[in-house]
Parts: sequence; C-alpha cells; structure tokens
Amino acid sequence: MAEAALPRNVAEIYEPSLFGTYSKKVGMWLFLLSDSLTFGALLYAYSYGRISISNWPTPFHSGSIVNATIMTAFLLTSSLTMVLAVNAAALKNEKRRVLFLLATMACGAGFVILHGKEWSHLISEGLRLPIFPAVPHQEVASEFVNVSKTVPQFAGTFFTLTGMHMLHVTLGVVYLGVIALRRKFIPILLALWLVAWLATPAYSPFHYAAHVLLIAALVCSLIMWLKPKIYDAADVEVAGLYWHFVDLVWMFIFPLVYIMSTKIV
Amino acid sequence: MDASQLAIEGRVAEQHRHHSITPFFWVWGTLLVLTAIEVYLGYQNMEPKRMLTILMGLSFVKATLIIGYFMHMKYELSRMKWITMCSLVFCLAMMMVFFPDAFRILSLGVR
Repeated sequence: MAEAALPRNVAEIYEPSLFGTYSKKVGMWLFLLSDSLTFGALLYAYSYGRISISNWPTPFHSGSIVNATIMTAFLLTSSLTMVLAVNAAALKNEKRRVLFLLATMACGAGFVILHGKEWSHLISEGLRLPIFPAVPHQEVASEFVNVSKTVPQFAGTFFTLTGMHMLHVTLGVVYLGVIALRRKFIPILLALWLVAWLATPAYSPFHYAAHVLLIAALVCSLIMWLKPKIYDAADVEVAGLYWHFVDLVWMFIFPLVYIMSTKIV
Repeated sequence: MDASQLAIEGRVAEQHRHHSITPFFWVWGTLLVLTAIEVYLGYQNMEPKRMLTILMGLSFVKATLIIGYFMHMKYELSRMKWITMCSLVFCLAMMMVFFPDAFRILSLGVR
C-alpha cells in the first residue's frame, strides 16, 4: 500500500541519501562494524595467548582439521546460496528466494551440528571450562590431563571465541528462518528447541545452550506480533549482510584457532 | 517507511537485478581453493610466525572477496566504502597496541 502512495517525483522532493542506499542497510552495516570489534577483541585475546605462552597446546588431530574444513565448506556454500537468495528476491522470484534461504539455513545448521560434535569430543577428552557441568565417569585423555590446569587460557579463549561464533550462526539461522517462512517458522523453532534440549545429556553445555532457541522463538513471536509484515528484497539483502559477516569471521577463526594448533604427527 | 526509503530500496533492488550471478560462483570457488591451501599449510611444519603471516594474508584476501562480492560493497558508493572500511581497519589496528606486551612475556625471567 505504501508503494501505491509513492509520488512519482520522489527524487525531487526528498534529499538523496548520503550513502546512496536505504537506512536499514546502513543500520546493519553499523551493527556489523560494532560486532566486528567484539570478534576482533576475542581474536586478539586468542592471539595474545598464542604468542605469549610457549607451551600453547596443539590438540587438533587430522580428524578435527577435516571436521573444521567441512564446516568451512558449509559456511562458504551457505554464503553462495545466500547471495543467490538475494538475487532471486531482487528478481521477485518468490519460490527460488525461499528455496535458497532454506538451503542457506541447512548449511548453517550443518555447521552448528558439526561444531557441536567437535565441542563434545573435546569436552569428553577433558578440555573444559570450570563452568561446564562435570562429565560422569570421564577418562581424561593424556594430552588434556594438564592443559586445563597449566594453560587455562587455551580452553577459555577457544570456547569463548568459537562459542560466540556458534551463537551468531544459530541466531543467523533463526533470522533467515523468519525472513523465509515468517510465522510458520515459530513452531519449527520450538520443535528444534525441544529436540535439542531432550537429545542432549544433562552434563552437556548444549543442554542449557538449547534454551537460546526458546528465547529466540519468544522474541521472534513478539516482533512478528507487534510488527507483522511481508519481508521484501531489502530485508533479504540486510539478512544476507549479517550472514556473510558470520562467514567472514570464520575465515579468521579457522586458520588462527584450528590451523595454527594442528597436531603434526 | 517513508517514500524516500522506498524509492532507494527500489533503486538498489533494480541494481541487483542487473548483476550477473557468474562472479559469485567464481568467488565461491576461489574461497574454497584458498581454504584448501590453508589446510595444506597447516601440515607443513613451518615456523609459527611465518605461517601466521601467510595464513592472515590469505584470510584478508578471503575477507576482501566476501565483503566486495557477497556483501556487495563493490557496488556501493565510494563514500560508503571508504567510511565503513577505514573506520573498521582503524579500530582493529588500534587493538594491536597490546601485542608487544605478549612478546615481552615470552622473555620474562630470561634477563
């Protein structure tokens, strides 16, 4: 309806945008700039520890590296499908737009699942934070016996950095789900929360982290109830900016955290 | 939303309609190849400082491709490009002020 009220000589009436684009996009760029400082600080903290501690652990076997490489491929592919979704939205091809957004979400979900698997493996071998619940009958692997005690910075920076990124990817999947499916996504999100909560053991950090999905479902419901709207090409593009940023951050985490800590046998 | 915003959104969407999708596939392929090079380097038993330099160089190339093509910065006004990228690089570069301290810790107790 708003488009119908648009005067034809709008360019003559309104002052042109300073950045030549709409305010939603500028707003997202500002958010991303501030968020890049958050990740910048975490990456610098990790690098600081890596440089200053001579006995920095290198716990990533070839299995972990292969896993992280597949995760990287998932994120890169999701960026491609996201850019195709933006293109489809601009061409007003609704079917392709939803299809590519769902493909992006699938790649993002694949990334989170593989990352969760990696975390669970490291935790089961004894690498943990003091706030993590104790694992019953745990046999700590020899290489991790002293890591958590002698170099606590490794577990601290690793779990904070990768955990923060995993949270961003999870919220990105939720964001894209809302853009693609709108209200239909809420029951799916609640089902995912229930599965994630019930399928993880009580000593796993993911048992508690699953509640992020519940909070996200509540917040999304509130937003869609207060401001119901049909998401257009601009909304898809702005969501795409967020998604590519998450991909971009991983391009620094992957070499710094995984490749620089590869265990060469 | 006011009329000027709608007009700008329409113009930006119009620009996207004219972008070919072929470069995005090239960028995706290049990013995958660069990732493969990084993994290969991980097994080369290189000196950490040299390896870090190469890996960060490759990451910056990847970041440039993602920002330029996937995030469409290549198609934005030069004003937008300069303001966002300069402020980002400046703020991140300012954090490097802490690194000499990390090197100092390595030599503690030696002197």
